Amino acid sequence: MLPGCGYTPSTVAFSGGRPLTLQALSFGFIHDFAAVHQAGALGLAVDGAVVWLLTYAQSLFDVVNTGVMALVVWTEHLLRAPSPWTFALIVSGLGLWRVSGGFSLFALLGMNLVLAMGLWDPMISTLSLVLTASFLALLIGLPMGVLSARLQPVWRLLRPCLDLMQTMPAFVYLIPAVMLFSTGAVPAIIATLVFAMPPVVRLTQLGIRQVPADLIEAGRAFGCSELQLLWKVQMPSALPTVMSGVNQTIMLALSMVVIASMIGGGGLGDVVLRGIQQLDVGLGFEGGISVVILAVILDRLSQSLMLDGERTVAARSRRWLSLWRTP
Amino acid sequence: MSSEICLDSLWKIYGGSSDLAIKQLDSDVDPLDFYQRTGIRAAVRDVSLEVEIGEIFVVMGLSGSGKSTLLRLVNGLVRPCSGEVRIQGLSLSSLSSEELNKLRREQMGMVFQSFALFPHRTVIDNAAFGLEVAGMPKRQRRDLAFKALERVGLADECRKRPDQLSGGMQQRVGLARALALDPPILLMDEAFSALDPLIRSDMQELLLELQAERQRTIVFISHDLDEAIRLGDRIALMKDGQVLQCGQAQSLLCEPASTAVRHFFRDIDVAAVLDVASIASMPDQLLVDGVSSRPELDAVVGDPVYVLDESKQLRGVRTRSDGWIEASQVSTLRSGMRVREAMPLVASLAYPPPVLNTDGCFLGVVTPLQLLRSLEVDL
Repeated sequence: MLPGCGYTPSTVAFSGGRPLTLQALSFGFIHDFAAVHQAGALGLAVDGAVVWLLTYAQSLFDVVNTGVMALVVWTEHLLRAPSPWTFALIVSGLGLWRVSGGFSLFALLGMNLVLAMGLWDPMISTLSLVLTASFLALLIGLPMGVLSARLQPVWRLLRPCLDLMQTMPAFVYLIPAVMLFSTGAVPAIIATLVFAMPPVVRLTQLGIRQVPADLIEAGRAFGCSELQLLWKVQMPSALPTVMSGVNQTIMLALSMVVIASMIGGGGLGDVVLRGIQQLDVGLGFEGGISVVILAVILDRLSQSLMLDGERTVAARSRRWLSLWRTP
Repeated sequence: MSSEICLDSLWKIYGGSSDLAIKQLDSDVDPLDFYQRTGIRAAVRDVSLEVEIGEIFVVMGLSGSGKSTLLRLVNGLVRPCSGEVRIQGLSLSSLSSEELNKLRREQMGMVFQSFALFPHRTVIDNAAFGLEVAGMPKRQRRDLAFKALERVGLADECRKRPDQLSGGMQQRVGLARALALDPPILLMDEAFSALDPLIRSDMQELLLELQAERQRTIVFISHDLDEAIRLGDRIALMKDGQVLQCGQAQSLLCEPASTAVRHFFRDIDVAAVLDVASIASMPDQLLVDGVSSRPELDAVVGDPVYVLDESKQLRGVRTRSDGWIEASQVSTLRSGMRVREAMPLVASLAYPPPVLNTDGCFLGVVTPLQLLRSLEVDL
């Protein structure tokens, strides 16, 4: 077993309602204050499975490790290429084009605030982690959603797995992630990926299943092959639902990336974690508000992906202009 | 004429083992009782029909009579449990799924009751859908789709989304989508049932116009007998998955095969169905004579007197009030005209108007009395 993964009893004591010492938390365990519980037979079996994987499939994990690492490094390079100001202006411009003027202003001010608090670097780290994890989650989740919509057995097999992935406390993912991939960005991304994938699978499946039967029938009546049916009828009609799944996945990825700072994911989560460890409310708040700003920006922008072209600012100004021109 | 669509003893069973069910249902089992006992229901029971090239064939029945299932059997959306569908002599069951798709793309267009337009596509892309599926390049298919939209009067709306259009306009798009392929066969599943009565009659007119321009084989599903009579060259009446009777509206009306068929026609406007030729009778005074001169005619007693030549063409009519009227001046009815259309003429003329067939041969006359009697066909 890797060092640090077993239970270490925390030394937490209270006197008169004020905490005297708050230690540990180095691996994200908020220990049961009352009793120290040991893993039972089921837990030992899972332990054994992970050890077995480590022994016999190490090279596979190495490959994944290298690949994901390269991806996240590349993403971070890309995000750091523009200066903070340029970056903020790009995001703000994107917001103006796709969302609204108010949002654009919010994005500009919010990013300035992050910059002023000196949290720009951690924010970019968090963003690159979120984008990488979301990208991978979508890469795996979308085809799984499509498959499970079209093949009932796949869905039957997948559904309990998704239930498990969604209801398992997020912290639990951190343990095997660390054991398999050590600490750092890669296990953070893997844990995030597992945690954030279910919504996109579920909503893709749901979206495709909910395509009205008469549209499917029309598609078939005009001679669609199965593939044409998927691409020309099912996916386009399911798109709004699929996109809300994408949005959910991105948001979940953000929340998990913050938690994953406990295994060395870095970024804003680190700031929050430091705030907790040092009981520094101000630092915790600064980290937290940065996460919120990032969340709002990611949420609105990813939602705007599914927005009809008619409702964007670009389309609105086009309509205004044409109204102005015609006497 | 050869048959374009041939249905040969088709069965479609829902809810369980088909072979056994067919055997039982084929022997005199009460289908409702059978369904309650076993949960097995026959949507289509032993249907054999032939649809000729270029005719509008209406399948008419109440909801649940299996008519929509029958239509889906024609293009293979539903597979029969037993029996065979042949399109242009080709058996559907012998086709691979690629061949079936090819057949659907090239030979058949379909129009749906719920319109079934793709909400994410503009009107023109909806109309071009069939062509897109068939792999036609964008420019070309847009041209064809635009022409089809022009034909149904929607050229101005082609950039809009379906949900920006009214129901009638949406169904025009549905029609254009089927027409863009220019298929020899058109399948219409209660295509106009969801529309307002006024718009429905406009659409019926449009369909008849399109049919006059280019003869297609149209299978039209309807639950509206008036619509069936207006559109259908032939009508098949369906009930409980079976075809009760198939034929022209008038023959269904005048020679119903069963009380169930008669029941359908209970509230129907008989005058809109009956052909004037069917109620024409020979007048009391009829001269078949190609050579007689006016004075000889004058000697014939009676009013009015109809004079034909040897080839049964009308020469003229002599009436007491107007004297001799030459054939060219005589108001006549043509066979194929409905009784309703003949009413104004019969009411306004001093003599019963003669009925001529398409070659101009005299078939008889329609008296006001006969016309009135025809309206009270005993149903």
